[in-house]
Amino acid sequence: MAEFLQLILSGLAAGSIYALAAVGFTLLWQASQTINFAQGEFVMLPAFFVLVGMTVLGLPLWTSIAFALVLSLIVLGLMFKKLVVEPMLPHGTLPLVIATIALGVLLKESVKEFYGATAQPFPAIFPQTVYNVAGASISLQDIGNLTVSMLAIVGLQLFLGRTRTGRCMQATAQNPNVAEILGVNVKRMVLYTFLINAALATVASVLISPIYLAKFSNGETLGLVAFIAAIVGGFNQIRGALVGGLLIGVIDNLSAVYISAQYRSAMPLILLIIIILVRPQGLLGTSEGRSV
Amino acid sequence: MTETILSVHNISKQFGGIHAVSNVSFDVKRGEILGLIGPNGSGKSTLFNCILGQLKPSAGHCEIDGRPTDGVRPADLSLMGVGRTFQQLSVFPKMTVLDNVLLSGQEHEGSMLSRLFGPGDAGLTKKAEQLIEFFRLTPYRDTEAGSLSYGQQKLVDAAMAFMAGPGIVLLDEPAGGVNLTMLTHLKDRLMTYNREHGTTFVVIEHNMEFVMSLCTRIIVLAEGELIAEGTPEEVRSNQTVIDAYLGG
Amino acid sequence: MNPFKLLLLAVGLVALFVAPIGQGNYIIYTLNSWLLFSIAAMGLNLTLGYAGQVSLAQAGFMGIGAYVTALMTLAGIHWIFAAVLAISSCFLVGLMLGYPALRVQHHFLAFVTLAFNTLLFLVLRNEEEMTGGSLGLVGMPRPDIFGLSTGGNLQFYYFTLVCFVCAAGVMWWILRSPWGRAFMALRENPIRAESLGLKVRRQTLLAFAIGSAFGGLAGAIQAPLVQFIEPHSFGLIHSLKLLLMVVVGGSGFFFGPMLGAAVVILLPEVLRFTEGYYLIIYSALVIVLMAYSPGGLIGLGQKLFDKFRPKQQARHDLKQGVQL
Repeated sequence: MAEFLQLILSGLAAGSIYALAAVGFTLLWQASQTINFAQGEFVMLPAFFVLVGMTVLGLPLWTSIAFALVLSLIVLGLMFKKLVVEPMLPHGTLPLVIATIALGVLLKESVKEFYGATAQPFPAIFPQTVYNVAGASISLQDIGNLTVSMLAIVGLQLFLGRTRTGRCMQATAQNPNVAEILGVNVKRMVLYTFLINAALATVASVLISPIYLAKFSNGETLGLVAFIAAIVGGFNQIRGALVGGLLIGVIDNLSAVYISAQYRSAMPLILLIIIILVRPQGLLGTSEGRSV
Repeated sequence: MTETILSVHNISKQFGGIHAVSNVSFDVKRGEILGLIGPNGSGKSTLFNCILGQLKPSAGHCEIDGRPTDGVRPADLSLMGVGRTFQQLSVFPKMTVLDNVLLSGQEHEGSMLSRLFGPGDAGLTKKAEQLIEFFRLTPYRDTEAGSLSYGQQKLVDAAMAFMAGPGIVLLDEPAGGVNLTMLTHLKDRLMTYNREHGTTFVVIEHNMEFVMSLCTRIIVLAEGELIAEGTPEEVRSNQTVIDAYLGG
Repeated sequence: MNPFKLLLLAVGLVALFVAPIGQGNYIIYTLNSWLLFSIAAMGLNLTLGYAGQVSLAQAGFMGIGAYVTALMTLAGIHWIFAAVLAISSCFLVGLMLGYPALRVQHHFLAFVTLAFNTLLFLVLRNEEEMTGGSLGLVGMPRPDIFGLSTGGNLQFYYFTLVCFVCAAGVMWWILRSPWGRAFMALRENPIRAESLGLKVRRQTLLAFAIGSAFGGLAGAIQAPLVQFIEPHSFGLIHSLKLLLMVVVGGSGFFFGPMLGAAVVILLPEVLRFTEGYYLIIYSALVIVLMAYSPGGLIGLGQKLFDKFRPKQQARHDLKQGVQL
């Protein structure tokens, strides 16, 4: 039982980080119909920005994180939108899908060439303390990760629901034409979405890299998990992406111990296929209805 | 074969609290050219979509040849012999005029397998060429449909709707954006086709002159309700209709 | 088909026949892989370029084809039977994967195939008893066809060439049939196509399943060509590579996949001087290509051709007919 609880907690902690990536993924989809196949690489990259800040520029950890955030906002937010998404949109979704796939390869290979192919140790944000509660070892890192990512998502929800800008963003996501008529600066709102996605990716990167180490190929699994989380939860909902992320984190952890270590990474995939078969709109999603 | 090809029974459709269509009923007789007119927002398009099974009516039902249309997939509706055009242009721009017309008929012929192993034109080239000739489009037979003028594409669109040889064709604003000469040609073709093949037409239209001279019978909607029904002359002199248009 | 095109086709076939003569083993092997990947890319082009769906499992289907062929030929069954089973199992798996995925909108097929390719990799790696795990399978025999041995590299090249020509012929047949017209209509305007009686979902599903079957054939050839298969040869990255072949060559053009396969296979040789930067340059080029010419290299060529061609088609109005 103690082991079970422990697995659940660390599953939730990992899952909440997946949720960050998944939330960004759904936001992008809503705002600009962009299916970002490079989302995993978006989470992989900021960790290397931090490492560059620390090792090349000699900055302290927290300054490096701020540096990485700014760099991510520019590269993964602004430049991604201006240089990749915008030129592609007039051609329909397919070229954009291909372009984001190529972008993923570009980011991955760039890190490999310019920084290194080996996994880099990444400084822990939280102390490596482990508490023993009723036989279960609870690590402070897990608690910290869970708290930070939950705060980020709740903060995002509040921003979207309670502020004027947030509501304009939601209006844009639901119907850009109507939003435009109502005087919303649609272009700016879409840009904000891209920036938020970049920021979420940075947070996820900083939280996950101490666990998995920073490696150029991290994006492969992370991207897949983010897709699955978004689809399992419900493609058109932030809450859905959160639930999907947590669920996958927990399932991943439990199946590693109780089912088969070899097929651990298959469980989320099987979950995905079941969801698409049984409830294609996702656990919390609403079906989008038929378009005439 | 009954006299009535399409019957609309007490159709109502609400969106939230708004009544887009309230309790509309009418029948369409075989071989008729029926016009469906009304000011903007009178519920024409909603009614049209209910008839085509694209929207589920809040109450009532529609039948084509005695078969309810609600929930029928567009492809099956087409196979039932119901042709339609769309308000926006909808030809396949990168395909030739001939291919556009062939495509419109091929699914009505043979089986899935015969369409793979059989002849490339599904044996329809002759029929398609006749239709293309009927609309005076023969010089453009092998031209990509997207490179034709707007009016010509409207003709291709109509030829596609006719290709399957359907018993009833629903035309959504066929005159929209078409110039006067082309309009006369289009009207002439529709009336000739109706005369020669006995095909039934239901036409939604804004252009009053076009509707008045084309249709044998007209139904007028205003604010979701059927306010008048009759021959063009009757509708033209109907005070309620005049009020609805002028007052609206 | 007009005489000029027929002549061009004949020249192309002769070129393919002559190309490997007198070449070293490495060149023959490269040409062979090009033919093989062209077959797989041709299938993917049907899914992507004609039916407008993204499949990220084409390498996975090659894997199914290769493993089925390898296991059967190692057990002493003739390649022909193995290949037939390889192709039909890919077709069936395609149907089973596509059916649920195509019930929903968006690019769900992309996600389902992505998951499938990853799952397949895990199965190939973990089920060691059958698949040999990470060590893979070795020593698949090259078949004798009608008493002719394909053991030598040159002979095997001609064997692949025959398969390639057959595959291209089948593809041509499909595209010229009413199905081909239906696929194109699906890509251009699915809503209109449906209103004309086209069963959109069924037709798309068939495009995907047939495309997958081409992957199976490519895999069936790959097993005896390489004579060593292991899970990594069929990972997701190879599916992406196949996707790039189709897109770079020109999706929706008959010869697009062949050109794309040539580029993707030859470019590493051309860009060898860039060493590790090859993939970086390559992926950047793909992004630029997508921005300027979503129709790939063939689309780009067509654009340029149209630009410099003297305008002479504007005189339709001299012909008889409606002139408006």
